[in-house]
Amino acid sequence: MSPTGSHANANASANAQAPKSAAESLRPLALALRGVHKQFGTTIALNDVSLEVRAGTIHALLGENGAGKTTLMRVAFGLISPDRGTVEVAGRTESAGLTPTRALAAGVGMVHQHFSLVSAMTVAQNIALGGRGLFAPSKVDAQIRRIGERTGLVLDPHVMVSELSVSAQQRCEIVKALARDVRVLILDEPTAVLAPDEAQTLLRWLRAFVQESPEHAVVLITHKLRDALSVADDVTVLRRGARVASGAASTFTEDTLAEAMLGADARGTPVGYEVLPGVVTHADSGGAHHEVLSVDRISVADARGIERIHQVSFHVRAGEIVGLAAVEGSGQEQLLRAVAGLLPLRSGRLHAPADIGFVPEDRHRDALLLDASLTENLALRDAGTRRGRMDWLALARRTTKLLGSRDVRAASARVHARTLSGGNQQKFILARALEQAPPLLVVENPTRGLDFRATTAVHAALNEARNAGTAILLYSSDLDEVLSLSDRVLAMHNGRLREVPRDREAVGRAMLGVA
Amino acid sequence: MSDPSTSPEQSPRDMPTSAAPLAESFAQSFVRPLLRVGALLATTLTLLVALLVVTGHDPAVALRALVRGAFGSWYAITSATLVRAVPLAFTGLAVAVAFRAGLLNIGAEGQLLAGAAAAAGAAALVGPSAGAWAIPLVLVAGVLSGALWAGIAAVLRQRFGVLEVISTIMLNFVALYVVGWLVRGPLQEPSRIYPQSVALPDALHLPVLLPGTRLHLGVALAALLAVYLWWWMRGTAAGFRLRAVGLNAHAAATTGRIDVARVSLLAFLASGALAGLGGAVEYAGVTYALYENFSPGYGYTAIAVALLARLNPAGVLGTALLFGALQAGANAMQRDAGVPVALVNVVEAMLILLVIAGDRLSISNRTRRDRT
Repeated sequence: MSPTGSHANANASANAQAPKSAAESLRPLALALRGVHKQFGTTIALNDVSLEVRAGTIHALLGENGAGKTTLMRVAFGLISPDRGTVEVAGRTESAGLTPTRALAAGVGMVHQHFSLVSAMTVAQNIALGGRGLFAPSKVDAQIRRIGERTGLVLDPHVMVSELSVSAQQRCEIVKALARDVRVLILDEPTAVLAPDEAQTLLRWLRAFVQESPEHAVVLITHKLRDALSVADDVTVLRRGARVASGAASTFTEDTLAEAMLGADARGTPVGYEVLPGVVTHADSGGAHHEVLSVDRISVADARGIERIHQVSFHVRAGEIVGLAAVEGSGQEQLLRAVAGLLPLRSGRLHAPADIGFVPEDRHRDALLLDASLTENLALRDAGTRRGRMDWLALARRTTKLLGSRDVRAASARVHARTLSGGNQQKFILARALEQAPPLLVVENPTRGLDFRATTAVHAALNEARNAGTAILLYSSDLDEVLSLSDRVLAMHNGRLREVPRDREAVGRAMLGVA
Repeated sequence: MSDPSTSPEQSPRDMPTSAAPLAESFAQSFVRPLLRVGALLATTLTLLVALLVVTGHDPAVALRALVRGAFGSWYAITSATLVRAVPLAFTGLAVAVAFRAGLLNIGAEGQLLAGAAAAAGAAALVGPSAGAWAIPLVLVAGVLSGALWAGIAAVLRQRFGVLEVISTIMLNFVALYVVGWLVRGPLQEPSRIYPQSVALPDALHLPVLLPGTRLHLGVALAALLAVYLWWWMRGTAAGFRLRAVGLNAHAAATTGRIDVARVSLLAFLASGALAGLGGAVEYAGVTYALYENFSPGYGYTAIAVALLARLNPAGVLGTALLFGALQAGANAMQRDAGVPVALVNVVEAMLILLVIAGDRLSISNRTRRDRT
């Protein structure tokens, strides 16, 4: 046991939040963040946020995409140093120069959304990794078995991590933390990668963990209201980098939580976007136009074979933008790829045109040959079906024309895609997707990482395509972007789809699974 | 990034006229590699002189021997340098095709041996009375066998995710020992004294292009293939797909809707076929027999040949010639000036390091410029 473990918390009663029963308010704080402020460039990621995690409890940290949940917990784990504010672990201030090593020594461990395991090593090697001194395999094995017996997180120490399922890898991450005597366990969206029954098992285990010792506590980062309410003792809600609600879970309902997450401005015009000229409400767009895409009760599985989309039906007409609103991991990734013809259907029917423009979220990975010329990148668009010779002359001419007409700032069609700025790369990708006027365009997070001007240009291009009669299916993790661009909005939750009025509150509630 | 105001004036100039881009791509593919070979030659000489001085040899004597061995006579050029360049060109093309598709095929050596062994097997099958009509048969046997040998690694990669770097190296050893067994077993010459195959009948020898030299048809075949592959990679849709997969397999699949697995498999087979053809050509054009040390590591030197040519099939011709000359010259240097061949191997290795470091440097310079 580390010396901090038994340190009685003298400040506990002074720091206790809303007065509860005497016994509860006497509970020491396992982790406390006070007045944490963090700015990245001009963006305020955390605005004087405080968080009190009582020992022996599960604390759910809720918020929309980009609300600052992960950033706050990265501060607690020493991965990000805040501009202002302090971190206290079991009553001891750890703020000055907190590093993950020191956080671990103080008993704080974090399981990231993307695991940090070496897949070519065994479970035992991964757990020993980062420790000090000699690697004694038998000792580590014994430790893993001990933890397994004590907590029920059973792992074979000699299995390669690459052979573990995702849920077993997560278990391995947790055991790794427990092997370092972690008492405050932070989990970032742990259920996002799990199948529903796996998620239930994990949540039950978390409950057992905090009951095991009065020193234990869990911070659960999530955007699933149901998880938060079913398992957490306390809840803190962040919105745009600020704490907007905090208290015992029993004092919240799904409704009040959703309201806190979405904010009072939910009913007004989306903040940060002006309604662009040419956007008409969906009343004028329906009727006359034919259905370009019709999806009839399709189910789609991800790469692991887990069904992510269940019996989804919808349609997109020519000349309308249908926006998809969803929190991360709701199945939108699979839905867009299934529509674009890149993922097979498990069941159901899908009628889509042969020519579909697809603008994937990760442009460097999925859309560009960075070390090839723009002409070659244009040619990539239909490389799979092209036969015979390449007419580079015509392709170069088309590329040059496209650069001019779509205002892509590049020295010439010959420069490599890598030399373009992110905004111009995205303008080029969009221009390429639209060049042959495909009847359907599928767009995923089209303005991710772009500055304001590039964002405006991308929005304008999408609207122009829509007005020219293209059917557009758009997903953005930014709810306001979905609302400002779409004629109709479909909210996705846990692989199911529902059409909702174009209203921030209604959409927000639907994507969080609140009726 | 260009100043936006200049782009309107610039665009007409960028509009390719009918002749300009072809001339340009010709320059890019042939003239610039030649310049590179010139620079490489200068670097090679400098390194060699330095090494000769360090190891206490007289550079003047040694270099004279080297040049004489490589270019000193008509016979040296046609029968030593060019003939040695041929297997390097075939295997260099094999490596270039695979690397361009993003496949690290280190197995050109094994595929060359597999090709040579199959060629020897085909020659044994048709028998000593066969006429020149059997020559294509011998070569095709080499092509198929090389492709098959590479196909093993391709299947291992696609079915079980075995890294082709590992599997192709391992298959090199397998091929080496299979050849060792063949020349002591089924393919051994009838007297059963020497561990080598029966000599190829004269009728099956590849035609000699210039009487009085060892310059065989394989030289022309290698040159034709190099030019064809150069054109195929940039001029055809299939060639573009291969390059796209090598540049970014994710984008090739997502944006290009290219069947990446199929393209990889075909590229692997083509690579093996080229190396296998190299083995068959060496067998039917130079050695006329299969024996244990059939290849002095052509398939390994090929990696250097391809990398120095920046994986450009046309450039492979130039670098294969450079390495052919170096090896022909090295033999003469050992014979006439007592300088060990190993010294030239050291120079070859240093050249590769220099070129790779140079490429890295220019890439990092470029990215630095982009950032500013």
